[in-house]
Parts: sequence; structure tokens; C-alpha cells
Amino acid sequence: MELITPGLGLIFWMTLVFLALLFLLKKFAWLPILKMLKDREDAITDALSSADKAKEEMKQLQFSNEQLLAEAKNERDSILNEARKIKEKIIEEARLKAGEEAGNIMASALENIRNEKMAALTELKNEVGELSLEIATKILQRELSDPKKQEEFARQLLKEIKLN
Amino acid sequence: MLKMRRHFQSFAKFSYRGIILISLFFFFHGITSFAAVQENVSLVPATDSAFAKEAKEKKAEGFNAGDMIMEHVVDNHEWHILEIGNFKLSIPLPVILYYDGNLYSFSSSRFHNEEHSYKGFSLPEEGPGKGRIVRTAAMPGGPKVYDFSITKTVLAIFISAFIMLFVFISVARAYKRNLNKAPKGMQSMLEPLIIFVRDDIAKSSIGEKNYEKYMPYLLTIFFFIFLNNVLGIIPIFPGGANVTGNIAVTMVMAVFTFILTTVNGNKHYWVDIINTPGVPWWLKLPIPLMPIVEIIGVITKPFVLMVRLFANMAAGHIIALGFVSLIFIFGAMNVVLGYGVSVGAVAFMIFMNLLELLVAFIQAYVFTLLSALYFGLATIEPEHH
Repeated sequence: MELITPGLGLIFWMTLVFLALLFLLKKFAWLPILKMLKDREDAITDALSSADKAKEEMKQLQFSNEQLLAEAKNERDSILNEARKIKEKIIEEARLKAGEEAGNIMASALENIRNEKMAALTELKNEVGELSLEIATKILQRELSDPKKQEEFARQLLKEIKLN
Repeated sequence: MLKMRRHFQSFAKFSYRGIILISLFFFFHGITSFAAVQENVSLVPATDSAFAKEAKEKKAEGFNAGDMIMEHVVDNHEWHILEIGNFKLSIPLPVILYYDGNLYSFSSSRFHNEEHSYKGFSLPEEGPGKGRIVRTAAMPGGPKVYDFSITKTVLAIFISAFIMLFVFISVARAYKRNLNKAPKGMQSMLEPLIIFVRDDIAKSSIGEKNYEKYMPYLLTIFFFIFLNNVLGIIPIFPGGANVTGNIAVTMVMAVFTFILTTVNGNKHYWVDIINTPGVPWWLKLPIPLMPIVEIIGVITKPFVLMVRLFANMAAGHIIALGFVSLIFIFGAMNVVLGYGVSVGAVAFMIFMNLLELLVAFIQAYVFTLLSALYFGLATIEPEHH
């Protein structure tokens, strides 16, 4: 067989085998392999992009979390402030009220005292009146004749009254 | 011999490419021939059975390197595996003949007789018609013998086709099994090559739009050429057959590329051939000079594909065998000289084999790339001005 003259039989077999090989490989190997390679590449691209998206979302989430936290902090601070204010107000009010009450109590005590004093004075006056009357009676009963003695006596009596 | 010289010249042109295949081939032959040499030393030296392995090629006056090399490079009706002394191991292959309306089929071992003939057909072992089955007493102008035998190359094609089917179908199964997962085993070995063919050959030459249609063909030729190139380097059965270094094989593949290019050529492609733009009108009318040149170009492209692959691979085998021959040529002069030369020859063969491994890949790549480029040229959309 010659080197550079193609043999008929070999051409025939080569064509036959090559066509069969092409057909079988196309159907059972190349198309499935190429399809799955493409699918896998797509899947990887998808996975990568979704991972990126997730990362972005996480970032967003973290950011909003931080924001939320800051807001909560602020709120807490403001609530605390308010509470403090209220507390102070309450204390202030209580203090004022207490002062007022104390004033009232004092006032009524003073009133009472005055009333009592007045009552006492009245009673005293009555007593003094009675005593004066009694004294007068006694003087009248005794030596009303002697004006000197009368006077002395009256003076003595008065002296006694003063001590009361 | 003149043809041989031409081949060596073509080898020199493609030097590094041609070199690789040869080396592996030679390596094994070197070893078997070594065994042969040893055997012969104990026997009577310089008898006609001296260098047993190539004894057949021996003419009365000695070893004929050219015949030995040619016999290994071209197709054969038997698959020689090894020969040591008088022990010969070869696989006889079926002969299928079509002659005068009848089909004949028998084992090629039937030709092993004095006349090298069987059932009126003969397979001459000498002379100009060597290796070609003819009708024994053929009349000039009589019916021709059409030889559809399962020759060594045909069997090698079958074997490589089965290997490819087995490997790639199991790889496809592996893809189904680990869907969308990282590749494993054989799959991960072949995936880079598949992706290489897809991205660096098909996509870049044909373009994103059309490339998918050609992928099965491109992958098939790439792996067919690559596998057969590599099998050609391996000297033991089932390797060692010179499949891609056979012009009929490369011709069939080149014709497929040509058919696909022609069938898929779009309007733009044909207009460019018939009425090439940017060329003065007097080159087209009245003598259609440019169209003729363009049509020659269309045919030249697959022709070049055919010759390039064939010449590279055949040259590779020839050079490897050339180194083996050196051992026998020197061995025939002096046994010690044969041993001495064998050291250098084996070293060169190893070097060549490594080079051939590179060539095996490069040639598969070049054939596939050029096919893809031709498809790309045929389907390119005209630029809008």
C-alpha cells in the first residue's frame, strides 16, 4: 500500500466510523456535556450574583439595624429624660404641696390658738367680773362705812387679782 | 527512495512537530530489536536471520531501512505485534473484497503460502504492487478488485472510536451524576480540553452566535485526532497504528470540514468568492480570474488540512523508525557497533517521543482550529458600513 495514495477501503471505513462516532457522541456525549457545562456555569454565575446580593442585603440590614439601635437609644434617652423631668416635677409638686399643707396646718393651729386665747380671755374676763362682783359684794358686806378701809380693801383685792 | 527523501524534507519543514511521534514508536522497537540482537549474537552472526525482527525486510545483501520504515508507516492486512527470531506474533485481519459483483471475505492469514494467494487473489510481498490485493491472473481491462478489508488502520479506527464512545459517554454520565458540582476523575481531566475547544477554538473563531452548531463536530475531530496521535506514539497493541499519518484518514476528515464549510456558507461567503470586493473589474471580466483563484482557495484549504496532519504524523513515525534502523544498519556492520549506536538511538527516540507528544496535541489543535476558522469565514455576517 502506498503512502500518499488513499485506499478506497480505508476511506469507506473511515467515513462510516467517523459518521457513526460523530452521531453517537453528539447524541450521548457532546450535547449533554455541553448543556451541563453551560448549566453549571450559569448556576455558578447565579450563585455568585445571589451571594453578592445577599451580601448587599446583609449590609443594608446591618445598616438598618444600626439605625434602629441608634433610634432605640435615642428614644431610651428621651424617655429617661422625660422621666427625670417628671420625677423632678412630682418632687417639686410634692414639696410645694407639703409646704402648703404645713402652712395650712400652721394657720389653723394659729387660729385655734387665737380662738383658745380668746376663749380663755373671755373666760378670764367673766371670771374677773365675777371676782370683781364677789369682791364688791364682800366690800359691801364689810365695812362700807369706812371709806378708807374700803379703799384699802379694794386695793388689796386688786392686788390679789393681778397675781392671777 | 526519492519519496522518502521528500518526506524527510517535509519533516525538516515541520521539524519539531514531526519529531515527537517518532520517538515513542522507536522506543519500543528499540527494545524489541535489542532482544533480537542478543538472540542473534549467540547464533551465527550475519546469517539471513541475523536481525530477526526486521528479517523480512532484509534483502540478500542486508537490512533495508527504507522498506522496513515504509512497511511500518503504511497500512497492512496484518497487525504485527512482535517478532523474535523465528517466533512471530501478529494478528491476521479479515480481508473483504468486492470483485466482479461478488463479495469475498477471509482471513488475511490465508495468504501465508508460497504464492501469497488465495481464492484467485494474491497479496504480493515484493515489487511495485506490494501490499495491494490483486486478482492473480488479471486480464488488462478486466474487473477491478475493490478492497474493503479491515486493515490495521481500520481496526485502529474502530478501537479508538470505541475508546472515545466509552470515555465520553461515561463522562457525560458523570456530568449527570454530579449535576452542578465540581468535576471528578476522568471528567476533570477532559473538562479543560472540552472547554478549551469550546472557548478558545469554537467561540473565538466562529463567534458567540453560531458556534454551538459546530461544537459536536469540532469536539469529535479534536479528540479523534488527539487520541489517534497519542495511540500512534504508543508502540504496543492497540497503539502504534499510524492512523492520523494515513492520507485516507486525514482526507475523510478534511472532506467533512469542506462539506460543512460549503453547506453552511452564507450569501456573503459566496458573493465574496464569485465577486470579490475591492478587486479591479478587469480581474473578473471577461476572464473570471479572481473567482477561479478564490475557488482554488476553497479547495486548497481542506487539501492543506489533509496534507498537514498526514505529513506531520507520517514524518514523525518515519523519523522514529529511522533511528531504529540506525541500530540495525550499524549492527549489520559490527555487533558491538550496533550496541553502541543503540544507546544514542534510544536516547534520541525518547527525545522524539516527548516531542511527538507535543505534536500530537498541536496537530489536533491546528486541525480543529483551522476547521473552526473556515466555518467562521463561511458564516461571518457582512460588516455594516
